[in-house]
Amino acid sequence: MTQNEFLNIVMPFKDKVFRLAKRLLVSTEEAEDATQEVLLKLWRNKGKIGEYKNVEAFSMTMTKNFCFDKLKSKQAQNLKIVHSNYEEKSTPLQKQVELNDSVSWVERIIEELPEQQRMIIQLRDIEEYDFDEIAKMLDMNNTAVRVALSRARKTIRERLTNTHNYGIK
Amino acid sequence: MVLNSIDKLLEKYENGETSLKEEQVLKNYFSQDNVAPHLEHYKPMFAYFLGNQQEQYTKALPLKTKKTFNYKWLSVAAVAVIMLGVYFSGLIIGPDECQENLVGTFCEPEDAFNEVSKQLAMISNHFNKGTSAVNYLDEVNKGASTLNYLNEIENSTSIIFKTNQ
Repeated sequence: MTQNEFLNIVMPFKDKVFRLAKRLLVSTEEAEDATQEVLLKLWRNKGKIGEYKNVEAFSMTMTKNFCFDKLKSKQAQNLKIVHSNYEEKSTPLQKQVELNDSVSWVERIIEELPEQQRMIIQLRDIEEYDFDEIAKMLDMNNTAVRVALSRARKTIRERLTNTHNYGIK
Repeated sequence: MVLNSIDKLLEKYENGETSLKEEQVLKNYFSQDNVAPHLEHYKPMFAYFLGNQQEQYTKALPLKTKKTFNYKWLSVAAVAVIMLGVYFSGLIIGPDECQENLVGTFCEPEDAFNEVSKQLAMISNHFNKGTSAVNYLDEVNKGASTLNYLNEIENSTSIIFKTNQ
């Protein structure tokens, strides 16, 4: 397999890998490192790519596992202070300051969710995978994914309503 | 009518029962400007989801087509080197035959001994010739000893000067 062939396979979902990594690791730099690591792992095992049924789903699972390892390692615990850049720079959609503010609120709320719910929100609402794919990626069953998703969505909505109504924080 | 369906969709959405298509409908609805006031607080959520889809991984990927070094070939190379070494050392040191035509080389030790003593004899011969040539220096010594009588003159003069004092 040549570099070009590999890139053709990887290109469509490399951003998804990156965003999932960022969802879990929060910091952009760490997410970039994680993405690179995952893609390089794929590259090193490029001989086996043909054997995978779904390279994309496989890579997402790999990303999940890699990020969990990262979070568990001591190194990650030393880096927590770095994660202060909550500002989302690459969202040109929101030009109004006010809206931008509440959008960054959404990000903060999602960050406070448990890891599993965070991943499911990411995969479903942002990457728009269907439930079967998500279930396979996260090694869960279909109903569990739905339940976790519903919980996550409700939590986001509740917190958002609170901040919206009272302007607390 | 539209609002009603959106409300229903939102409920389904929160229960995690919406299909991807229905979610797309919701996202479209909330990305437009006129959203019903009681649904206003959903807007940032969907805006965030849409905005986050745009984020990209921009770092270059260092894909090296690194050829992993195969250590099997190292042993092959080593064997080749050893074989060559054996072959060439055989040529250089190899056959223990004596080559007469080389200058200063003797095959029989006795010949070598004779030749050496001949050379040494020649050297001592020439040495003696050299020393005999230096023998005439003895004449100088002889001459110098005949000059000894000058001492007598000195003795007598010293006597004369002493008396004068």
